[in-house]
Amino acid sequence: MEIHTPEITANRIRQHLRNGKRFDSRAPESFRDLSIETGVSKKAEGSARVKLGKTEVIVGVKMDVSEPYPDSPDKGNLMVTAELLPLSSPRIDLGRPGIESIEIGRVIDRCIRESKFIDVEKLCIKEGEKVWTVFIDIYSINDDGNVLDAAAIGTIVALKNAKIPVYDEKEEKVLYGEHSDNGIPLKKEIPLSLTIHKIRDSLIVDPTKEEEDIVEARMTIGSYDGTISSIQKGREGTLGIDEIDKVLETYEKAWNEVFKKIEKFIK
Amino acid sequence: MTRKVVVPGEVVAEGNMLPGEGTEKRGKQIIALKFGLADESGKLAKVIPLSGVYHPRRGNVVIGRVDDLTFNGWVVDIDSAERAFLPLTEVPRFVNKDALEEVMDIGDVAVFKISGVNKRGVDLTIRSRGLGRIEEGIIIKVNSNKVPRVIGKEGSMIKMIKDMTGCNITVGQNGLVWIRGDKIENELLAKKAIMFVTEKSFISGLTEEVEKWFAENKVENAKKPEKAETKPEKAKPVEKKEAKK
Amino acid sequence: MAEKFKRPDGRKNDEVRPITAKVGVVPNADGSAMFSTGDTIAIAAVYGPKQMHPQHKQNPEKGVLRCTYIMNSFSVTDRIRPGPSRRSMEISKITEWALEPVVMLKKFPGTVVDVHINIIQADAGTRCAGINAASMALAHAGVPMKNLVSSVSIGKLDKSLVVDVNKEEEDYEEGEGSTDIPISMTGDNKLTHIQLDGKIDKKQLKEAIKLAEKACTDILEIQKKALKDSVEGDDSGKGKED
Repeated sequence: MEIHTPEITANRIRQHLRNGKRFDSRAPESFRDLSIETGVSKKAEGSARVKLGKTEVIVGVKMDVSEPYPDSPDKGNLMVTAELLPLSSPRIDLGRPGIESIEIGRVIDRCIRESKFIDVEKLCIKEGEKVWTVFIDIYSINDDGNVLDAAAIGTIVALKNAKIPVYDEKEEKVLYGEHSDNGIPLKKEIPLSLTIHKIRDSLIVDPTKEEEDIVEARMTIGSYDGTISSIQKGREGTLGIDEIDKVLETYEKAWNEVFKKIEKFIK
Repeated sequence: MTRKVVVPGEVVAEGNMLPGEGTEKRGKQIIALKFGLADESGKLAKVIPLSGVYHPRRGNVVIGRVDDLTFNGWVVDIDSAERAFLPLTEVPRFVNKDALEEVMDIGDVAVFKISGVNKRGVDLTIRSRGLGRIEEGIIIKVNSNKVPRVIGKEGSMIKMIKDMTGCNITVGQNGLVWIRGDKIENELLAKKAIMFVTEKSFISGLTEEVEKWFAENKVENAKKPEKAETKPEKAKPVEKKEAKK
Repeated sequence: MAEKFKRPDGRKNDEVRPITAKVGVVPNADGSAMFSTGDTIAIAAVYGPKQMHPQHKQNPEKGVLRCTYIMNSFSVTDRIRPGPSRRSMEISKITEWALEPVVMLKKFPGTVVDVHINIIQADAGTRCAGINAASMALAHAGVPMKNLVSSVSIGKLDKSLVVDVNKEEEDYEEGEGSTDIPISMTGDNKLTHIQLDGKIDKKQLKEAIKLAEKACTDILEIQKKALKDSVEGDDSGKGKED
C-alpha cells in the first residue's frame, strides 16, 4: 500500500489545498521542522545530517588530489553524487542508482558549480599537475518527501564545515586525519537550491511523501544573493507563464526562511 | 496489568505451560519468538506482538488497493505477506469479463472481507453490506498490531473517536483505516486521534487520555454525515478517466 | 588465556569498545536499528516479509532473506566510489548466512525479507556492527526469530588475542601482524558466521571463539536493552495496558 498515495486521499489533499491548507496544518509556503547536525562521520572532511520533518539525509565531503582536467589545468574539480538508499524507503529497488538519485546529484552539482561557490582556482596545487577534487556524496536515510531540498541544505552545511587535509608535496600524498585549519575556499554568498511544487493551482514547498506523489510540476531553483544560477523543472505537468511569477515569489520567501534557519550552521 | 517486554530467544514462562502464539517450547521452557509483551493466562503463555506484518484471518474486514486485473478477478494489496485476490464470482452483481475496471480499476481502494486463507493466498469478497469500492475520504495506515487498541473494548475507543469527530470510520484488521467526514478538518482530527491512540497504546487509562486529548483539540460543530459511501461498482467510469491528469 | 598485550587505546584484551544501540532510527522501515562500537557506526532497516518480485525468484518453501551492505563513501579515510563492490557483495552474503539460521522463513513462503545495512562511519568491525544492527532491526520489525544474533571481531595481534579490533589494531604489523576473526553467534551460543584472515593455530582459534562467546553474551544484553527501551511505559521496560 505504500506504492503511491491513494486517489481518494489525493483528492482530499487537493481539496484542502484549494483552501490554502495542508494535512499537517502547515501553510503552503512553510517548511517542516528543520534540524541540522555536523560531524556525522569523522572520516569525512566535512559532513552534515539534515532532518526535514521525518525526511533524513546525510551529506559528506571528501577530498583527494589528482591531475586536473586537460581543459582546466589550473582549476580544482567538483563531483556530486547522490544515492537514494533502499534502506530509506520501501519503494526503492535494489540495483541502484535510479534516475531520481541521478537527478538529485546533477541538480545540486549545477547549483554549486554554476554559482562558483567553490573557488576552484584556489584548489590548484601545481598547475597542470596536481589539483584538489571536492567530492560531495549524498545519502537518503529516511525518505518522507523532499529529499532534494534536504540534500541541498546538507551540501551547503557540509561544505561550510569542511577542512582541507594536509597535502605532503614531497611524498605526493594526502595526509587524511591531519587537517589544516583551512576550510574549502568558498564564496561568501550562499547558493541555496530549493524547490517549488505545483498541485492543481496551488504552489507548495517541502512536500511530505503523501503530497510529493501528487505533485504535477516542480521547479528547483538555485540562487545566491538574488542571482539565479540553476533551474530545473521536473514532472510531466506544465507551468503557466503567469505562474512563473508566483513561483519566483514563493521561492524568494522560502529562500529567506530557510537561510534564517541554517545561518548558525554556516558561520 | 503490567506485562514484561520480551525479545526473541528469551524465556516467557517455565514449567507445565503450553506454547501460545509467538512462542515455542524448548525443553521445560516457553521461549519467545517475537518482540512483544509476554502474556500468561491459565496454562497458556504467549507473546503479544508489538510489530510485524498483518496475518490475514477468515472473516477479517480489511482495506486494500487493486494492484492488477487478471482475466477472472482483481489482485489486491492488503499489506500482508500473502497474495490477495478478489474473484469475479465474489462481486454482488454480474460483471462482464472484459469490463473488470468498471467495478474496480488499478489504484482503487476498497473494503473487503477475507473469505478464506489457503496455500495460494488470501481470498477476498465484497458480497456483504459495507464492502466495496471507496469513493471518498482519506486512508491512513497504522501498525496492524495496534488495531485492537484503536477499536477498543467492544468498540468503545473507535466509537468515541467517531462521536467526537462526526466521521464514519472503518478500521481494517490489516491496519488500514478509512475515514469519511463532512469536513476535511474532522477527517484530519480523527486521523490525529487514531495516531495518538497508537502512539500511546501503552498508557494505562488510555480512554481518559483520549478524552482529554479531544478536549484540547476538538473542532467545533462536528456533524455526523448521513451514510458512508461504499459502492460495489464504479459510479462514473468516464469521469474518472478525465480526472487523471 | 590471552596474553597481556598493550592495546593502543588502553583497553583490556577482552574489553569491547563503548557501545551504543538504538532501534527505530528509520521511520519508514518495518524495523530499524543503529549499532555503534567505538567509532564504527552501522544502521540497518528491515522491510518485509512481503511478496517477492519477480515471481521466478520466489521460493515456494520459505521466504528469502536478502541483505545488502553498503559503506558510505565518506565512512572511511580513502573515499569509496559509490556503487557495489566485490567486498560489499561478499559481506552482504555473509550477513545473510549469519542471520538466516535464526529467522523463521518457513512461515512466509514466496516472500522476501529485505535487510539493508549502511555503514556511516568505519573504524574496523563494520560487518559485525552491521550484523548486530540487522539482528535488532529484524526483531524490531516483528519478524519471528528463534534468537537474536550477536557479532564481534576477535583479533590476534602478533601472538595476543584481543576483542573488538579497531582500525589501528587491524593495521598492526609487528611480529605475526594482525589476524582478523569476525564471529557471530546466536543467544544460545551457536556459531552462524566465522571468517579469518591471517595466521593462527588450532589452540588459539579455540580461545578466540571462547572470547567471542563472552563478548557476544555482553553484546546480546545491549541489543535486548535497546529493544526493550523502545517500548513506552515505565522505566523497567514493561508495557501496561488497561
